[in-house]
Amino acid sequence: MFPMIVKHCFLPNFSKMKKTIPLFFLSVFYLNFSAQDIQHDSLKHSNIQEVIVIGTKDISQKQSKPLSSIDEYLEQSANINMLKRGAYAWEPILNNMPTERTLVTIDGMRIFGACTDKMDPVTSYVEVSNLSRAEISSGQSGSSHGSTIGGSIDLVREKSTFGDEKFRFGLNSGFESVNLQKIFGSSVSYRNTKFYTDLNFMNRDAENYKAGNGEEIRFSQYRKFNISGISGVKIGKNKLLEASVIYDKANDVGYPALPMDVSLAEALITSLKFQYLPKNKFISDWETKIYFNTITHRMDDTKRPSVPIHMDMPGWSKTAGYFSKLQTTLNQHHFNLNLSGFYNQSVAEMTMYPTNPTENLMFMYTWPDVRTFNQGIFLEDHFQLDDFSEFRFSASLSYHSNKVQSDFGLNSLQIFYPEMMAQNNRILKSLSANYSRNQFGFEYGIGVGYGDRAPSVSEGYGFYLFNSAENYDYIGNPNLKNESSLEANAYLSLKKTNFFGKISSSYFHISNYIVGKVNPNFAPMTIGAKGVKLYSALDYATIFNISLDAEIKVLPELKWTSQVVYSRGKDFENVNLPFISPISYLSKILFEKNKFNAEFSVNGNLKNSSYASVYGEKPVSDYVLLNASLGYKFDFGHSKIFTKLGVENLLDRNYTTYADWNRIPRPGRNFFVNINYNF
Amino acid sequence: MKFSLKIFIAFFAMTLFLTSCRTSDDPVTPTVNELDGLNKITEVSNDTHVIELYSASGTTKMGYNNLKIRIKNKSTNQYEKSATISWMPVMHMTSMSHSCPKSSVKKISTDGTLYEGYIVFQMADNASEYWDLKIDYQINGASYTATTGISVPLESKKTVTSFLGSDNSRYIVAYIEPRTPKVSVNDWVVGVWKMEDMMNFPVADGLTVKLDPRMPGMGNHSSPNNLDAKQVQAGGFYFGKLSLTMTGYWKLNLQLTKADGTVLKGEPVTEANPASSLYHEIEF
Repeated sequence: MFPMIVKHCFLPNFSKMKKTIPLFFLSVFYLNFSAQDIQHDSLKHSNIQEVIVIGTKDISQKQSKPLSSIDEYLEQSANINMLKRGAYAWEPILNNMPTERTLVTIDGMRIFGACTDKMDPVTSYVEVSNLSRAEISSGQSGSSHGSTIGGSIDLVREKSTFGDEKFRFGLNSGFESVNLQKIFGSSVSYRNTKFYTDLNFMNRDAENYKAGNGEEIRFSQYRKFNISGISGVKIGKNKLLEASVIYDKANDVGYPALPMDVSLAEALITSLKFQYLPKNKFISDWETKIYFNTITHRMDDTKRPSVPIHMDMPGWSKTAGYFSKLQTTLNQHHFNLNLSGFYNQSVAEMTMYPTNPTENLMFMYTWPDVRTFNQGIFLEDHFQLDDFSEFRFSASLSYHSNKVQSDFGLNSLQIFYPEMMAQNNRILKSLSANYSRNQFGFEYGIGVGYGDRAPSVSEGYGFYLFNSAENYDYIGNPNLKNESSLEANAYLSLKKTNFFGKISSSYFHISNYIVGKVNPNFAPMTIGAKGVKLYSALDYATIFNISLDAEIKVLPELKWTSQVVYSRGKDFENVNLPFISPISYLSKILFEKNKFNAEFSVNGNLKNSSYASVYGEKPVSDYVLLNASLGYKFDFGHSKIFTKLGVENLLDRNYTTYADWNRIPRPGRNFFVNINYNF
Repeated sequence: MKFSLKIFIAFFAMTLFLTSCRTSDDPVTPTVNELDGLNKITEVSNDTHVIELYSASGTTKMGYNNLKIRIKNKSTNQYEKSATISWMPVMHMTSMSHSCPKSSVKKISTDGTLYEGYIVFQMADNASEYWDLKIDYQINGASYTATTGISVPLESKKTVTSFLGSDNSRYIVAYIEPRTPKVSVNDWVVGVWKMEDMMNFPVADGLTVKLDPRMPGMGNHSSPNNLDAKQVQAGGFYFGKLSLTMTGYWKLNLQLTKADGTVLKGEPVTEANPASSLYHEIEF
């Protein structure tokens, strides 16, 4: 929807940028996201509901821990929760929907994790140093890069822009006490009027973390290394060619909540972009990108002390794709056209090593070399009705096909589905309409939408995927229908000089809601599992979210923000859905004066009473955490040093939440220090 | 704009090129060699003929063996096309001799030279006990015979069982198909024979072979959608479905039952009883 609140947004930075960017390039991006400055002229702001500023190049003083992981940045959003299987690679849950129902892209590029157990969401293959911000769209507002139910998160790359010649160098370093995490990074950027390039590097090395009361959580260590480069060249009047590479490698990643760890998670993400920003009014921006990314994920249990049987579960995912986006303006109408397509290959295997070494290895495809092809078109019209109100309409249509390429894999699945064909084609649709009105600081908006999605590779073609929280083996179902969602959303906000308040809510009615259903006829494969669940569809399920945000400027230097979020998810028989957040709250006081800033926050969840026992959930008690941080900026003229000192979970509470896989406790008291040097 | 067009044209051209490459497979010329896929096990001569014995592997083994025979006339060097063959495998034990289940020997095709049948060796040979195969045949009213020793080494995997059923008859159950198991639903074929006396083992009719495949190496898990084996016609083999969800070592736990449900041999697999006393083993 429209401008909404741009929380966590580092506005001073943007306005500063605006000044330094030559006019021709001051196109869509930077205008778009300085929405707070703009009142009703927020048209180009399009569908993004929330922007979280990330990045290490310009460290936000508002961010209490600038060198936190992307996961921690995203977790600040009222719409996002993080499902944790350990200290690393959390799974973003948007509007209480997991990654199958949402769309996570990097600069619009489709990427698919290579792990059958969702241990490598897309967000785990990038670093804060790669990104400038995350744009969060709820529901069908997020369908411009592909089909979604819950919404989208687009991770936008950090990069320079053309301008006066400038060379920048930065160093980032951090330490966290709870897991002895050592963070080190550096960045170099150069630009002139015809060329820019940014290189950066980030390394994290963490030991096991300690939960509250000093309990060590074994197998929660990780090492991660990320290097990225992006380079743009002006190849003519208003024309830009840009190449981007991200290489990310994590080793020795423990997943304390799971029976297996990851010895390697490696991604190479590349893209080439051509952008044309004509001066004529009709077409304002035409961006075309081709991309390729490849992911290798090796899951194994070699380091676990006692396993009933040793196994390796590597997975690979390769995606090639393109998109071409066109923005045009016609009178009061702002059109957005996006033509996009991708081709993905997902393969995962399981090899088990029998105790008797003379026996043959036990091998199966857990993802049977599934090829997904998608070609879609998206159209949006965003128009100004009068000075105060605007309307947005979007529609998309895509052709989606899955094909099981491996005969071995197809034969395996035909054990369960003898009639199954190798290929399955679908048409996916999305429609949404929003209206908003903004006058005298009082703003409201309503929207409706309809969209559907194809089942994920696991849901359609997974073969004996063990779910350790439910203790069931999951089998995919190639006969699943599209899951479709009918949604409604509304918000109301009031903005005065020293006060901002907003209430927003969304409601999803999801038909053919895909879940696992126990099939008592089948016996599990995994040792100790209770049974087999086949992916199947509930008639429908509903998810309702409502959040309340308030920001009061108590003093010019003192800001108090609060947030309460309530969610409810149930199926057509009133059975609770899994991983729905209980009531959560956050309240923080931010003091900022000159070069000094301080923050104190309280956050917590109420007791999770609407837990989903059908899906193996157990009640989780409430918790409350206290956090504090202090920041100071040393200014030596040309170079600057930001320092942040802080403590999380000040009272060292031993706690777990509804979103902790197998209820492993979260980190206890954590002291951190972040230092950023910029030259 | 120019740039992106070029890229797309290049991609398109590449696609065309790749697609056109695929169609250049040479057509396979059909050959009619009777011995395709067969290997010679042994040959034995008498005064008039050389008798050649073939199987897919070129060996004989414990359990079910599909065997092919052809007879070469020593004087004409031609293969005989109109022989009537019968055979008798015999195990010479230290204290006694016995035979095993076997089929009759039939010509495969009228124009061909190969004759075919099966023999189920229910035990292996050893230093003092051995198998031989006596082949009797008539050509144009004249009778001939030849006998060859047959090597039946001990197999590490059990694919044939000989046992005393609950009805006090001796039975032999042998695994026949799949020869090369796959991670799939396999067509599963077993044979069941009854021992009438030491030399006669006719097919046992009207029974059921119940199947419960398990992986003892991995928590003894089973597999879904198996089908117990039944005969399609009297005198024939038993056909069922065997689902194998992964490669490795599988134990096929069996129960042999009569039409009324009486169990002749074997027990259901339970927590307390990890395996049936009647089973076959496969590994792939």
